[in-house]
Amino acid sequence: MSERLKLDRRRFFQLTGGGIAIFVGLGPSACFSQESRGGYPEDLNAYLLIGKDGRVTVFSGKIEMGQGVLTSQAQMVAEELGVSLDAIDMVLGDTDRCPYDRGTFGSLTTRQFGPALRAAAAEARLVLLGLAAAKLGVARDRLTVDNGVVTAPGSSRRVTYAELADGKRIARLVGEKAVLRAASDFRVMGKSPRRIDGADKVTGRAQYAADIRPAGMLYARILRPPAHGATLKSLDAAAAEKRPGVTVVRRDDLVAVLHADPEAAAAALDLLKPDWTTPPPGPDDETIFEHLVKAGGAPEEKASRGDLAAGRARAAHVTRTAYRKGYVAHAPIEPHAAVAEPKDGRITVWASTQTPFPTRDRIAQAVGLAAKDVRVIVPYVGGGFGGKSADLQAIEAARLAKISGKPVQVAWTRAEEFFFDRFDPAAVVEIESGTDAGGRIVFYDATVHAAGERGATPPYDIPNLRLRSTGRMSYGDGGSSVHPFAVGPWRAPGANMNAFAIESHIDAMAAAAGIDPLEFRLRNTTEPRLRAVLEAAAAAFGWKPGVGPSGQGRAVACSTDAGSYDALMAQVRVDRSDGTVHVERIVAAQDMGTVVNPDGAKMQMEGSITMALGYTFSEELRFRGGDILDRNFKTYRLPRFSRVPAIETVIVRNDALAPQGGGEPAICPTGAVIANAVFDATGARALRLPLTPERVKEALAAAAPLRAAG
Amino acid sequence: MANTVRFRLNGKPVTAPADGDRLLLWALRTDFGLTGAKYGCGIGECGACTVLVDGQATLGCQTPLSQLEGREVVTIEGLAPAGRLHPVQEAFVAHGALQCGYCTPGMILTACALLSRDAKPSREAIVKAMDGNLCRCGAHRRIVAAIEEASGTAAPPAARKGAGTP
Ligand code: FES
Ligand code: FES
Repeated sequence: MSERLKLDRRRFFQLTGGGIAIFVGLGPSACFSQESRGGYPEDLNAYLLIGKDGRVTVFSGKIEMGQGVLTSQAQMVAEELGVSLDAIDMVLGDTDRCPYDRGTFGSLTTRQFGPALRAAAAEARLVLLGLAAAKLGVARDRLTVDNGVVTAPGSSRRVTYAELADGKRIARLVGEKAVLRAASDFRVMGKSPRRIDGADKVTGRAQYAADIRPAGMLYARILRPPAHGATLKSLDAAAAEKRPGVTVVRRDDLVAVLHADPEAAAAALDLLKPDWTTPPPGPDDETIFEHLVKAGGAPEEKASRGDLAAGRARAAHVTRTAYRKGYVAHAPIEPHAAVAEPKDGRITVWASTQTPFPTRDRIAQAVGLAAKDVRVIVPYVGGGFGGKSADLQAIEAARLAKISGKPVQVAWTRAEEFFFDRFDPAAVVEIESGTDAGGRIVFYDATVHAAGERGATPPYDIPNLRLRSTGRMSYGDGGSSVHPFAVGPWRAPGANMNAFAIESHIDAMAAAAGIDPLEFRLRNTTEPRLRAVLEAAAAAFGWKPGVGPSGQGRAVACSTDAGSYDALMAQVRVDRSDGTVHVERIVAAQDMGTVVNPDGAKMQMEGSITMALGYTFSEELRFRGGDILDRNFKTYRLPRFSRVPAIETVIVRNDALAPQGGGEPAICPTGAVIANAVFDATGARALRLPLTPERVKEALAAAAPLRAAG
Repeated sequence: MANTVRFRLNGKPVTAPADGDRLLLWALRTDFGLTGAKYGCGIGECGACTVLVDGQATLGCQTPLSQLEGREVVTIEGLAPAGRLHPVQEAFVAHGALQCGYCTPGMILTACALLSRDAKPSREAIVKAMDGNLCRCGAHRRIVAAIEEASGTAAPPAARKGAGTP
């Protein structure tokens, strides 16, 4: 143990009341230094504490927004430690109690954080077994543990974790040597227990940020500009100020009304008479594509191999197409909300956010407090999908609490949620590629405009390839100046558009070469994981070979994202009279390495595919420059029950590989598989998402009549 | 106290000031501290605010408090006695018919209203009854399966292959 760790131990155990603590990443001092922030090479911080009652508490900065990590993290710890799942308590996303964490995004919780957490639990088990060996007088390697009880085979001697932890003050940094359990030995992992949060969520006990109600709380409503880029010229607040109980706050750019009743606050907001300067008109949802290509500047090369010209010379068929997609909203059913309570010189903020620690630091800066005087607590989050990271609402709540000296709730309306969303960006992807006479891809040349490169390199064996990009997209900080408003990470950022373009294009190449689309993909990849999911999907679907368009209305698409591989197959029916597409069935096969919770993984696959039906069929933001025209669900249409097809999920076992991402991968190829199925049904290829009935009709009109189904 | 409304809330008589056009959703969440009914859109498009009024699924964000005189309101908190689960709640847990859980109270109460007027609904009837409720997490298929199980028209997930996958 380092000197540093010894020094920190005393303070730590004063806070926790003793026990056995195992730290991941950072020791107690760094964990509880309120100034700690990013800059560490790895973002794997957490600790677990075994108390004298034998209960195990996991403190982690990750948050639960529906993806099931509360349960899967508990499973990992229970497995490695040798306790039952109900012996575990999870404390997530509380900046006073949990160590620093950058945020919950990118399907990293299981993939990167998981192994570290498991190692800590494995280390804890070694410590406990060491104590047990001393107590029982039996060599450590002869002991076994089950349900928190240590026994020596062939003897009646036993001791519980609770007895071992009682009166101890042991702190350890997780070592290198902890050996994780093999998948074949799993007792808790690899199983599908009921969600730990299930009972809270079906009874209404689960609290979200807007459900937290400190005594004396005021509801805030904030004056919003009519469009991005508008600025306030003048404000007449006289009428609102006359209303009983209303406080009008005006501080720099922040104009708000506060009232003890939420409806009274909304009514007071309506009484404000602002005068705005209007921003100059910008591109709209139709002209945006031309704008993006022009504004993105010269393409930057992102990947290249082989010799494009040589590949081109060998091509028997060349296919060249541009694919487009509009802006898509996150639209979690819970809008952003935060409650800030000032007390004793500190501020506590309950916020719906994926990034409690960065949010804490931003709040501290905004209200002029030290980070240690701000506490962010993340209760249950009602959906994030990448959209709850900017946290303007938490900063607004904290500022208003500081100004008024009272607890303040800022809960965005749906219109505010749409206005301030950091949308999935509109994009254009241009691809030119060719196959040789044997149906092998000989060159591939693509340029991605304004969406970034995630998933932009096709998962095929292509000898000559160039990938270029324009717009300098950066998902972390508002996107790119080529977009008329902020854009940001949306479930598999950029990868949905890239998979749509790549897999539409591959399908078109297969058709041009006269090869069955599944056979074409298999012929062009030697990647065993990709081949395995394609074959598993085909078996589950009952794939019947045929060159597209076969008239069957079935198709395949595949992709790799977050370390996982996915292959989807879809069956659709197209109504030629009105251009509507009916998806009858989707089969998805996924290799995600070792599976922590099979049912949880299937849940994420089903959720991804269902969410993708939105960007595939109906979701596209309408706007005029900075004026967001869709501000509620009446015009911006999410998938509803009547649109959701049968979804069958197949998990392709791969226990040799550590767990990979599960929350995002299946969403990527969904748009393509449906567009490809429309092509297979009709011979019409829609090149722009979403596939609205009008666009499908246009594509039908442009397509050659379908030859007899073969 | 000119405009006071009296009704029964989760089995108990209550009164609330009903001035102007106060809406049931906000009265529940503020006056009564019942935060199970959620705000999702405020215009009747998402169903997150659904409660039962005289057994019917009713949108809290579209219902003026003044219309509730003498009526019976049940929220998710009052659906089952404390510590117990209603069969629909039980089926939602068993099927994993929820992810973030924000739509869940509205989903469950909409399903309860359906089952009270049609004890054995067809799959089509379930889809139709649920179509006004949005779920962004994509739990739809499992929600339908959970409702089928609660109505006795389908087996519980454990009895089926594929653990809860409809
Ligand atoms: S909040 Fe009432 S329907 Fe959406
Ligand atoms: S479970 Fe998240 S919105 Fe339905």
